[in-house]
Amino acid sequence: MNCQEATKLMDGYLDGELDPITSQTIEQHLRECPNCDQAYKTHGSLIRAVGNATPYYKASAELRERIQSSLREKIVERPMRNVAQDAQPLFRRRQPAPQTLVFGIPWNWLGLAAAIILAAIIGWNLLPRLQRPGADQFLATQLIASHVRSLMANHLTDVASSDQHTVKPWLDAKLDFAPPVVDLAGEGFPLVGGRLDYLDNRTVAALVYQRRKHFINLFVWPVTSEANSMPKAISRQGYHLFHWVKADFNYWAVSDVNEDDLQTFRHLLEEQVAPH
Amino acid sequence: MALPLKAEHASETEDFESTAKIVKFVVVKKREEQDHAPREDLLSFEALMLPHLDAAHNLAKWLLRNDEDAQDVVQEAYLRAFKSFGGFRGSNGRAWLLTIVRNTSYTLLKKNRVVDLTTPFDEEIHVSGHESASPATILEHGEVAELISEAMDELPAEFREILVLRHQEGLSYKEIADIAQIPPGTVMSRLARARAKLREYLGARIGKEK
Repeated sequence: MNCQEATKLMDGYLDGELDPITSQTIEQHLRECPNCDQAYKTHGSLIRAVGNATPYYKASAELRERIQSSLREKIVERPMRNVAQDAQPLFRRRQPAPQTLVFGIPWNWLGLAAAIILAAIIGWNLLPRLQRPGADQFLATQLIASHVRSLMANHLTDVASSDQHTVKPWLDAKLDFAPPVVDLAGEGFPLVGGRLDYLDNRTVAALVYQRRKHFINLFVWPVTSEANSMPKAISRQGYHLFHWVKADFNYWAVSDVNEDDLQTFRHLLEEQVAPH
Repeated sequence: MALPLKAEHASETEDFESTAKIVKFVVVKKREEQDHAPREDLLSFEALMLPHLDAAHNLAKWLLRNDEDAQDVVQEAYLRAFKSFGGFRGSNGRAWLLTIVRNTSYTLLKKNRVVDLTTPFDEEIHVSGHESASPATILEHGEVAELISEAMDELPAEFREILVLRHQEGLSYKEIADIAQIPPGTVMSRLARARAKLREYLGARIGKEK
């Protein structure tokens, strides 16, 4: 910063109205430049003197009273004007009121238009709510997110084992329920491992199976209500989700394998999970 | 110079309502206010605005330089403010009121054809040949307070106004910009010019006396 710039910004600096960075630059310059520093000090004392030296003309008590009484006259005056309005001759009221135009459109038409627009806005906002996808759709979103995250974050499994007798005890120890774990390696769906996940406001078991190069996340948690016992198939964003309930457990299988494979996977599981 | 007044607009709107009666929403609302709560309106108006009466009077006095005019302008400004009080949504009552006082003052200044609003003035200072005294000398001068007020009185209105708002009311640049209806970026340069002018005046005076 040179002296010219510093002089230009001096008033803002003295008034504390500059941004911190500019202020710092000025401070820096004042430390380095005795001339500007001197100018800053004298200008500063002049500015303070202006505030202190100039008389402040307070209002007299008389002016205050004058203002208050003239304000009171105003509020007495106002209702009278309303009376005068109401007393307008009848014929004038029956006549069509002079239409005030906005862009050449009468007010009442504008009102109608406004009402229609308002209705449209309300409808627009309400309809999607009425048709709002149910809890299933929300859960499906969560499931897909979980599935994708598990593949993305290098956190596919907490316990990596193709041995169901390793995975099951591990899960049992971590959860307040004991999900059935079966290995389907013989059928082309080897068990890769297990993981804890969090879905539908609870900790759930996630079992990971492989189908060729693809992974299947099988989320399992106990049924808490009868509401969602219907089997469901959802396809979204290239992922397939199958839901079924068996032996008091919710199952959600999520994968990008083809739908037939996932269907097969589901049937195999249903067959092999022994009912209680 | 002065832009159209908010308060003036408000009075136009009101006349418009009374003749046309078509702006139904507004009329109904106004009526309610008038029928049910004029007194409450007035009380809340007074509670919010009367504390700034001194500030209003001080600004008007500095702008008009005349006691009677200042009092009339302040009274008029309060009436205007009350009329458009329904439109006051802000939290800064003082700045809002001072804007109206300022506009009312300028209206009167213009009516009286006082031409010192923005005119660069008093070339004689520059041609008088007196050496300007240094700021240090100015401040050492015994009757500096008196001199400063005298000098300020001779500045053009836009300089008096900005000095009052900044030094007496301690308003921020943003508030000053709103009241004086200038871009915020202009506040600093106008203040700088006002102070430089003030210094010039003081210097010339002290130079003369010596």
